[in-house]
Amino acid sequence: MNDSKIPAWANMIVLPLLNIFFAFAFAAIIFIAVDVNPIEAAKVMINGALGYQEGIGYTLYYATNFIFTGLAVAVAFSAGLFNIGGEGQAYIGGLGVGLACLGLDHVLPFWAILPITMIASMLFGAAWAFIPAYLQAYRGSHIVITTIMFNFIASSLMVYLMVNVLKLDGQMAPVSRLFESNAVMPMFHEILKWFGLSFSESPMNLSFIIALFCCVLVWLLLWRTRWGYAIRAMGASPTAAEYGGINHKRLIIIVMLISGALSGMLSLNEVQGYSQQLKLDFVAGYGFTGIAVCLIGRNHPVGIILASILFGVLYQGGAELSFDFPNIDREMIQVVQGLVVLFSGALSFMLVKPAERLFVYLDEKKQSRTALKAEA
Amino acid sequence: MSQLPNEKKFALELCGIDKKFGAVHANCNINLQVPTGTIHGIIGENGAGKSTLMNIIYGFYTADSGEIRIAGTARKLNSSKEAISYGIGMVHQHFMLVDNFSVLENVILGAESGGLLKTSLKKARTELERLAKEYQLDVPLDALIEDLPVGLQQRVEILKALYRGAKILILDEPTGVLTPQETDHLFKIFDALRKQGVTILLITHKLREILAATDNVSVMRQGAMVAHRKTSETDKEELAELMVGRKVRLKVEKGETKSEQVLLSTTDLTFTDEIGVDRLKKVSLSIKAGEVVGIAGVSGNGQSELMSALAGLLAPSSGQINIGDKQIDALHPSSADEVRQLGVGHIPEDRLVMGLIKSFTAEESAILGYQNSSKYNSGILNDPKMINKECARLMEEWDVRPRNPKLRSSLFSGGNQQKLIIAREVDKNPDLLLIGQPTRGVDIGAIELIHKRIIELRDQGKGILLVSVELDEILALSDRIIVMFDGHVVGEVSAAQANEKILGMMMANIMPDELLLTEQLNDGEQL
Amino acid sequence: MYESLILILDATLRVSAPLILAALAGLFSERSGIVNIALEGKILAGAFAAAATAAATGSVWLGLLAAIATSIGLSMLHGFACITHRGDQIVSGVAINMLAAGLTVSLGRYWFGLGGQTPALAETERFTSITLPGADALADIPVIGLLYSELISGHNILVYLALIMVPICWWIIFKTRFGLRLRAAGENPHAVDTAGISVAWLRYRALICAGILTGLAGAYLSTAHSAGFVANMSAGKGYIALAALIFGKWKPVPVLFGCLLFGFLDAVAIRLQGAELPIVGEIPVQAIEVLPYVLTVLLLAGFIGRAVGPKAVGIPYVKSR
Repeated sequence: MNDSKIPAWANMIVLPLLNIFFAFAFAAIIFIAVDVNPIEAAKVMINGALGYQEGIGYTLYYATNFIFTGLAVAVAFSAGLFNIGGEGQAYIGGLGVGLACLGLDHVLPFWAILPITMIASMLFGAAWAFIPAYLQAYRGSHIVITTIMFNFIASSLMVYLMVNVLKLDGQMAPVSRLFESNAVMPMFHEILKWFGLSFSESPMNLSFIIALFCCVLVWLLLWRTRWGYAIRAMGASPTAAEYGGINHKRLIIIVMLISGALSGMLSLNEVQGYSQQLKLDFVAGYGFTGIAVCLIGRNHPVGIILASILFGVLYQGGAELSFDFPNIDREMIQVVQGLVVLFSGALSFMLVKPAERLFVYLDEKKQSRTALKAEA
Repeated sequence: MSQLPNEKKFALELCGIDKKFGAVHANCNINLQVPTGTIHGIIGENGAGKSTLMNIIYGFYTADSGEIRIAGTARKLNSSKEAISYGIGMVHQHFMLVDNFSVLENVILGAESGGLLKTSLKKARTELERLAKEYQLDVPLDALIEDLPVGLQQRVEILKALYRGAKILILDEPTGVLTPQETDHLFKIFDALRKQGVTILLITHKLREILAATDNVSVMRQGAMVAHRKTSETDKEELAELMVGRKVRLKVEKGETKSEQVLLSTTDLTFTDEIGVDRLKKVSLSIKAGEVVGIAGVSGNGQSELMSALAGLLAPSSGQINIGDKQIDALHPSSADEVRQLGVGHIPEDRLVMGLIKSFTAEESAILGYQNSSKYNSGILNDPKMINKECARLMEEWDVRPRNPKLRSSLFSGGNQQKLIIAREVDKNPDLLLIGQPTRGVDIGAIELIHKRIIELRDQGKGILLVSVELDEILALSDRIIVMFDGHVVGEVSAAQANEKILGMMMANIMPDELLLTEQLNDGEQL
Repeated sequence: MYESLILILDATLRVSAPLILAALAGLFSERSGIVNIALEGKILAGAFAAAATAAATGSVWLGLLAAIATSIGLSMLHGFACITHRGDQIVSGVAINMLAAGLTVSLGRYWFGLGGQTPALAETERFTSITLPGADALADIPVIGLLYSELISGHNILVYLALIMVPICWWIIFKTRFGLRLRAAGENPHAVDTAGISVAWLRYRALICAGILTGLAGAYLSTAHSAGFVANMSAGKGYIALAALIFGKWKPVPVLFGCLLFGFLDAVAIRLQGAELPIVGEIPVQAIEVLPYVLTVLLLAGFIGRAVGPKAVGIPYVKSR
């Protein structure tokens, strides 16, 4: 991703910070346009997200979702593929989790159900990514369009299934029955209680740890294995990758399957942790946030964790905000997201040029200083 | 050389032109005077700053300081549009043509007369027919560029410039894509233009062309103009020395070849691409251990496809390739990986696109193709220390600078990139090496090293297939030379028999007769 | 039977109109070298602007102008990101879509307080059907009468506009200087640059054309087809238009047929709603809803070999050394 003359650390830290700054500055302008004081708003948001334990819990619960979808986009992006189907893949992954829980919660204890739901979420999510992957690899069909189409199809499919198959009899709302308690993800505050620590109740659950674990695995995969090398090579230069013996078609499918699986795992947090039942639209835009998270996070797991927490703050803080300021709503977060993507992904070059000049200037200064020292 | 009374003595003058790109000082205080109606050569090795200078003259870049005078008047050239209006036309090394437009459409692009195309096309047709007659620049006006051979495409570029009334014509490395006969024809066109008072600037790194075609020559080295000579008063050795700054060996010492076993052979190898065009037509050749087989021919005659097919990147449509015991054909396609395992190293023609990965560090590029090898991996994970150590070793052995395995591949110079790629492939001790354009865009020091090593590898008993558009290189390094034209093999000559003239004929699909060949055998002249 | 066919073709035109406009918009931008994933967002924003302005001012024509202005504005933002600053075109396109989706609902809620919708438009604030001269008189003549009165007459002006746009765009792209330069910019921008023409300005102008067309498409959705703006009402039409563009190999007339094909299949599907199939039983409404998206995927998958677009599409133009 970095082909310029600035050192890697600046690319990874300074640029994202600058980008966020610009995005937020623009968001502040929009806030002013709807009669909201941006400074006040910022205070409420940060307090609501990080000021007390329940808030932090919510922030990290949101962050868990973004880590999964962010990793999904990152893996695909490393291979040069833009997977916008995270929404649909997470949704269908949830179907897998829901079916596993509904089918097994009377029969198995939690520690047996967990591996099954994990595999189900990955399998179903990957399956939803398979067809777009296959079409891109073997037919050259633009994966951006096909994955978006599959998002729409997933939506309709889930409505059909929820309304006709899975909902509780005699009820109007298209939701499944609640899972038994042994199928539900242990909540974070419960886990801490085992260790004698107290923490306020919040939807943050074990899947946060799973998400962090996935970060480590993805990092290892991309940077410390030969398959990761192949993935990054294909993303950087498909011709050179082919020269290097890397099979494109197979790799495209493998990468998308991994990506779909990661998106699918979001439902471990949402369905098995938060909702504890299967219902409609639980993905609610988290897939798109994953794109923003991946871009600010510069495609790197560490960056993704930090960016996920940032967006967690935005979501949780945003929820608090809409209590105090009725003019702010959920969609405003979408706007901020869009600005972040616009600035991070598309306008990074705007900042790269002056940053480059600065570094070249500093470098020249250093060289002339060392030259003077040598003469002395 | 006619000079009309109201023409100025110098068509173009440069005074103190200076240009920096960040930390790179591309042009240092350049002074140049080009007399009107002459053919002026600018020579320098790759990276000397010639292209930058030409782009400044053409208005593509603006000089940081200095003055440009055209026909005596100082002009500010801030854009290509302005340059064109002052009568400067440029034929770029990589053509600026739209492939799926016709010749006419390409010529009028940017010089249309009015908003509707109909009038522009009509006017252009008349004018081009006139120009064609006057300068022997015949081109089928309604043909699509992608259907024309490269030599004709170049004529379109020249016509474009003349259509816009160019009085100063700049050509950047024009003969790289031409056969020797086409080059001769081009020089005839230059002559016709010169007679009409057109001034020609010829940028090239080929000493022979400078001596053949120009009236005067200026030498650039490392961004500066180091010498001006009248062509008739200098020779190849002096120019080469001026270009590099020291004495240059223009010949490579080569011992006799003692080839024995056949490492690779193809039988009626045919490849048809996805739009149904036969790129390779029944090519049969063989490569023995301890010999260099040179494939000569202008780009686009199947050489690239041949290399890709032999490297396992393209599956044969019919016919077969035999490497050792393995047979590769349409029913049993291979892969780049498998061919590597068979002991074949591949140094691709396009190093930036295929040979290494620009955004990867040098050490990551240094394992490209070998990333699965047990040397670089321990179990599931790879071995970063070993990867780093190996890259450092390769850099040491082949004098790749800077010696920094963590530096991004794109930041190395062309010569160093090439050395790294060659180092990588040779290090695996393959029996057979497929080498494409090894010294394209490479400085002379690296060229000398690479040529020397290629001969060393041959002497060690390796079989080498060398594809190059530089006839000098082919003639200097090869034991046998095969010429390709339009996807098929025209013929084969031994190095002893070959020379520019014979190869040139073969490149135009004419097989020289026995008389000519035996004459050459007696003279034994090589360049 | 004939009457059913006429009614289906009638519906086809109505469904295809926004697709045709959007696909032509994509044609301009892609032919100049810009991948336009942002068609969706521009249509949505245009729809919102049209409905909001029509509701506020009572004039549907002002609404149309507002839609065009908004779409052009978003196009310029898109261009700023990917032409001037050479950002990734797909990423900036996705960003525009996100922005449009968020802003339309937020502003809608803020201005009208209806949970993101705009107020329902009265008949006077919409584009209504135009009865062509003689339609009523000819209605009773067998065959031709029905053809004229149902299929050809009775559409709103934007439908006719969409159809006329096809030959107009064809003419601009293939018969004018602007079109020649635009196509060159999409194939080999270096050739354009060395001829002394600004690649950036060409691409911006292409985006302006695209903005006009997507504005029309958006206005159609909210002020002609429906009576107001509803959140996410573009429902993927921007992407479907892209598929039709690829299907039509970036040429106006085949693209028209791609859009009509879509519209036709969609119209047929809607007629089948509630009908019973053997074995399966009643076709679920979701299957009808999902049909355009499945069709898009099939369309994109149905190519033997790759459809080759403009050579330089998707690559930001950088002056090379």
